[in-house]
Amino acid sequence: MTQTQTIIDIQPGELLGKVSEMKAASQRLSQICCSKLPDHLEVCYSFDKDYVFTTYRLSMPDNALPVPSISKIYGNSFHYENEIHDLYGIIVEGISIDFKGNFYRTALKTPFNCAPEAEVKA
Amino acid sequence: MSERTIIPFGPQHPVLPEPIHLDLVVEDEKVVEAIPSIGFIHRGLERLVEKKDYVDYVYVAERICGICSFIHGLTYCMAIEELMKVQVPDRAQYLRIIWSELSRIHSHLLWLGLTADSFGFESMFMQSWRLREYILDIIEETTGGRVIFGSAKIGGVRRDITPAKMDEIMKKLDAYRKDVSQLCEQFMKDQTVKHRMRGIGMLSKEDAITTGAVGPMLRGSGIAQDIRMTGYCGYDKIGFTPIIETAGDCYARCMVRVREMDASFGMIRQCVNQMTDGPIEVKVTGNPTGEFFMRSEQPRGEAIYYAKANGTKFLSRLRVRTPTFANIPPLLTTLAGCQLADVPVIVLTIDPCISCAER
Amino acid sequence: MSFMGFSKVVLKNLATGPVTEQYPFVPKVYPDGARGSVNIEIDKCIFCAICQRKCPTAAIVVSKEPKSWEIDRLRCISCNYCVEVCPKKCLTLDTKYAACSTERTKEKFDGPAAAPKAVPSA
Repeated sequence: MTQTQTIIDIQPGELLGKVSEMKAASQRLSQICCSKLPDHLEVCYSFDKDYVFTTYRLSMPDNALPVPSISKIYGNSFHYENEIHDLYGIIVEGISIDFKGNFYRTALKTPFNCAPEAEVKA
Repeated sequence: MSERTIIPFGPQHPVLPEPIHLDLVVEDEKVVEAIPSIGFIHRGLERLVEKKDYVDYVYVAERICGICSFIHGLTYCMAIEELMKVQVPDRAQYLRIIWSELSRIHSHLLWLGLTADSFGFESMFMQSWRLREYILDIIEETTGGRVIFGSAKIGGVRRDITPAKMDEIMKKLDAYRKDVSQLCEQFMKDQTVKHRMRGIGMLSKEDAITTGAVGPMLRGSGIAQDIRMTGYCGYDKIGFTPIIETAGDCYARCMVRVREMDASFGMIRQCVNQMTDGPIEVKVTGNPTGEFFMRSEQPRGEAIYYAKANGTKFLSRLRVRTPTFANIPPLLTTLAGCQLADVPVIVLTIDPCISCAER
Repeated sequence: MSFMGFSKVVLKNLATGPVTEQYPFVPKVYPDGARGSVNIEIDKCIFCAICQRKCPTAAIVVSKEPKSWEIDRLRCISCNYCVEVCPKKCLTLDTKYAACSTERTKEKFDGPAAAPKAVPSA
């Protein structure tokens, strides 16, 4: 049985507006995930209410562009945003509890988004 | 003006099944706040999709966690089956439900033992793990492995259970159901247990939603949210209602898990009654394309598998969001304001499975 | 006011003996379907190397010349995949686990020695 879900692409400028709409509709933040594709990065914000799943997707050419934090709207997003910063190097501006790279202890910085030579050396 | 000290909790601590580090900021005996730090068991399993093709990855997905291993493998298979539009036969769905519920029972018995051990009740730890051994024996007879089942596969299941074996197992399970419910009743009625767990680690209904709790954490605070209600993998055929308690403290979450165990025994009986003969798998060829978010209910809460495929035999992205990762903010909320001696009980009440949380 | 409820369980345990199997004084009985270790009947093997290609952990190494079939016991996860795909059905999954070892040795099974080529008579 297929679960109802929709994925909507948005621009970085629309993110805070859409997230506030979700909060006003009492949707629950399910997860924030980042994917590294060959030529760009994608960040997905997923929400759920009454088992209906909605995802907003941001596409960015690389991790140099900062993304606004949604932790002022959804307080429980801080650990997801720290995780995408620690693993992928995405700059998230204004996280309510910012661990500045110390949330995830790894031997290599941003292990999911680094050059292959760096991996072999580590 | 009392002084604040920072006491490190973990990564090595007798009550923790897996390593997590918490810096507890303490004023006298009261914890003011907790600062988490994870990454001790990070294996980078999400990046292994680049090296292992989508068929072989089932073995890796099962090994993300030892306690909830079957449901990880199952959710991965269901995500790929949705991408490839494969319809799994009915008998395979019922078998999957039976193994998922056995997995849930043994996980909750494990958790019950650890929680009792966290406030010193070692005898209960031994008794509940003794009962868990009987469940693991049944799992070994049907799937071949005690912890890692190896029976989920894309398109169905790898092994069948004969009707004679099924009858044998059901007789044993009926006896175990009585043993488990007697033991849990003794545990929940005990006065020491109530003293250690009632009123500790309060999570109100509003806090549970705003901090994003999942699983028994959420259901112990009165919110009826259980992903099995969406009816994946044949759960819509056996009828199911979420189990909730309203008190919002450690005792309520313990009660939710105890009642879920009893409900799981009932669901296995229902599956056996409703199961029909038929094939147990469907042949799958080709490569997956597209993307899908698959959600399932693990013993600890809601797990999300996001699979993105581009038509080759390697997936381009697999993201696993496990319930323990989502339960970190509620943990920090419940820890604020508690006594230092209650920290192990509260940490265990979220049922931490850190190897799931960090993959 | 119940705080001696557990004494019933304790007294029952005192009356019955230990629940654990007294291994090694009592032999361990494995159930029929248990996944232990992989064994091969080397006389039936045709060295097609399908098991090597399908093995998810690369534990099997097959050599056509000289004929041999090697397995790394510590890498094998007893998943049963090689047993399922073998065309000659010469692989079986035994219920007993492989013996413990202190170093990473591979078990090698040599095939029949190649028969000397018949020299064409002039």
